[in-house]
Amino acid sequence: MTAAVTADAAGDGRGGRRRRAAPGWLLGLAGLAGLVALVEAVPRAGLVKERFLPPFSDMVSALADEAGTGAFWRALLETLRGWAIGLAVATAAGVVLGVVIGGLPPVRAATASTIEFLRPIPSVALIPLAVLLYGTTMRATLLLVVYASFWQVLVQVLYGVRDVDPVARETARSYRFRTLTQVRTVLWPTALPYVMTGFRLAAAVALILEITGELVIGSPGLGKQIAVAQSSGAVASMYALVIVVGLIGVVVNVIVRAVERRVLRWHPSVRREVFS
Amino acid sequence: MTALGLLRRALLLLAMPVVLVAAWWVATAGSTDFFWPPLSTILGTFDDTWFHGRITGDVLPSLGRLAAGYLLALALGVGLGVAIGSVRVLRALLEPVLEFFRAIPSPVLVPILMLFAGIGNGMKILVIVSGCVWPVLLNTVEGVRALDEVLRDTARCYRMRPHSRLVHLVLRGASPQITAGARQALSIGIILMVISEMFAASNGVGFTIIQFQRGFSIPQMWSGIILLGLIGIALSAAFHVVETRVLRWYTGLRRAQREG
Amino acid sequence: MTTAPTGAGTAGTSTALLDVRGLKKVYQGRGRSVEAVRDLTFAVGPGELVCIVGPSGAGKTTLLRCVAGLLDCTSGEVVLEGEKVTGPPRGMAVVFQEYGRSLFPWMTVRQNVERPLKEKRVPKAERRRLVDEALEAVGLAKVHDSHPWQLSGGMQQRVAIARAVAYEPHILLMDEPFAAVDAQTRADLEDLVRSLWQRLGVTVLFVTHDIDESVYLGQRVIVLSNSPTVVLEEVRIDLPDERDQLTTRAEPRFAELRTRIYKLVQQAKDGHRPAE
Repeated sequence: MTAAVTADAAGDGRGGRRRRAAPGWLLGLAGLAGLVALVEAVPRAGLVKERFLPPFSDMVSALADEAGTGAFWRALLETLRGWAIGLAVATAAGVVLGVVIGGLPPVRAATASTIEFLRPIPSVALIPLAVLLYGTTMRATLLLVVYASFWQVLVQVLYGVRDVDPVARETARSYRFRTLTQVRTVLWPTALPYVMTGFRLAAAVALILEITGELVIGSPGLGKQIAVAQSSGAVASMYALVIVVGLIGVVVNVIVRAVERRVLRWHPSVRREVFS
Repeated sequence: MTALGLLRRALLLLAMPVVLVAAWWVATAGSTDFFWPPLSTILGTFDDTWFHGRITGDVLPSLGRLAAGYLLALALGVGLGVAIGSVRVLRALLEPVLEFFRAIPSPVLVPILMLFAGIGNGMKILVIVSGCVWPVLLNTVEGVRALDEVLRDTARCYRMRPHSRLVHLVLRGASPQITAGARQALSIGIILMVISEMFAASNGVGFTIIQFQRGFSIPQMWSGIILLGLIGIALSAAFHVVETRVLRWYTGLRRAQREG
Repeated sequence: MTTAPTGAGTAGTSTALLDVRGLKKVYQGRGRSVEAVRDLTFAVGPGELVCIVGPSGAGKTTLLRCVAGLLDCTSGEVVLEGEKVTGPPRGMAVVFQEYGRSLFPWMTVRQNVERPLKEKRVPKAERRRLVDEALEAVGLAKVHDSHPWQLSGGMQQRVAIARAVAYEPHILLMDEPFAAVDAQTRADLEDLVRSLWQRLGVTVLFVTHDIDESVYLGQRVIVLSNSPTVVLEEVRIDLPDERDQLTTRAEPRFAELRTRIYKLVQQAKDGHRPAE
């Protein structure tokens, strides 16, 4: 009897959803195929000049050419390296500062609104300074990457620390020498989901700024390759590189989300994130 | 009590920035480092640099392009988002495509769009639109999709007409997500405003700052960085005011849910 | 005992306001289909207050959604005032169980009640009167400027009832409307429904899983079998029209009816069905 009952309940939601799931997958693929076909057909039909938008097949062969050169792989590596270093530095700084600021109530009160105040300062405002200080080296771009992704982490860590049970915080304050232990056992577990959210946002922002820096400043990496391709009129290569950059973005998103799920799978406070 | 509370809040809000500015002032006072001029020098050049022609010649054109691009992206993102979010097949079809476009760092669209639209205002507005539209679009899709089933049924039972369904159910119901997307889009828009001008322009804040940097007019460059910071802060504050108004029901609802 | 009365409800078909004939609903899953409702036939006359009870998972909500025109039935038909229901019909209002989710949180109480009237293009003065009367009737005249989430659960359900009443429906469907409120509030709301029904002469179809509630409220109780659902039996509630939480529930006849329906529902749970 109960089987019939649950089947009834499931029929409304799950059964119906499953019926759509498989075509959903196919439809997504069809959408991508449609985009490819469109990019192939539009320039071939002469609707857009090929020097503005080359057919997709040209982009693919340009990509194949690129992939045969060492310069492409070096640039790819540079981009990933700059992204990873910037993200690591920003995450470490954001977490440490976030825990320190968040753990000291007076400091938190004084900085909470300041951070909301300073965060909207656009990272690109620092481009001229970065160029002056570091020229067109990787460090110029790194400055932008760290600056932009730092805020993402910091703000989330502060949300997380604010979420800590006040009773536990009181205890932490009254036993001064055990503060570090309290940070480890009370504060960190509560803040971890927020840290992961911050990390996820920072990873995306870091990639954007890494590419932007390379593109505008001319530090080594895929962004610079795009600028070079553009100025030398290699339109198909430029599109190919943009596609590569987009794919890196997708891969980064997918990986970071997977990492987030893994880290938080066994986490007791994962339920609280719903209310964040 | 309220006056005191207000004073306290103002103090908390301003104390830290004042301390930071003071620290900057003290640290750079009498500095002879070419790249780090004293803050007093930077502020001294601020008036000369910006208030004699550059407000109308550079700042307003920049902001005008930002406004045009941003509003266009909002309209486009919300419109397409509602359409895609409402039609299941369309959503399934386009989801991976949209994820891909969102993952492309928007500044790389500058060289592409320069091919199509040259280096005029049109290109810059197009760049801003093409960067801002994705967060708005994707969040709108999410918001429309997440509309409460019971609320939808209610609207159907009371035979709400398509137009009022859109206005009173779909757009209002998705407004928290739309606003979140619009907030992301705003910071992207500011970035693209600057970037597009750094690439190719004859006026604008980004253009001017790069000119200063190339001409080694360091205090002027610093004043430009400060100006950009102030623009960012002001726009974000303005956004916050709008957001608070639009989402008053939502914050109240969330608070009620958390307490209950 | 369980076989005979299945067709009893169809007796007055010609005069019925709502006529459900051979309703069947099968949810189509992928490679699996679930028959939630097999064959439901009953009628509700104008001005009647009919309750539907059944074990949980008996497809009560499916039935109600079909009647409301929110769900297409697989076969059979629902006829309201001589017209076949294909979508939400004019002249019908529904009160859902999930009061918190059926009210528009961005509208005030008054706007919530007024919205359907605007959709019906009721003139402004008339609209005002209807809204005021409805809010007065459910005892919410004072809070018309509040938002729903500022009210208690019971009050929110009163708003939903006021909205339905102001709409001036010919038939009012209620889907376990009081399942999620506390016992005291529930008794108040039951009396509210009785008094509104008596005052306004509206036809009410009230779905519940609470046996006491169905006896206390209804003129007639339709007991459903378990899923796939058919009508197990109809029970006429021959209690006086004037009902009161204390005296009515203390009457021996109330206890008899209650016991009878209780037994029926137990049988339904055990899988007992009328012969087909």
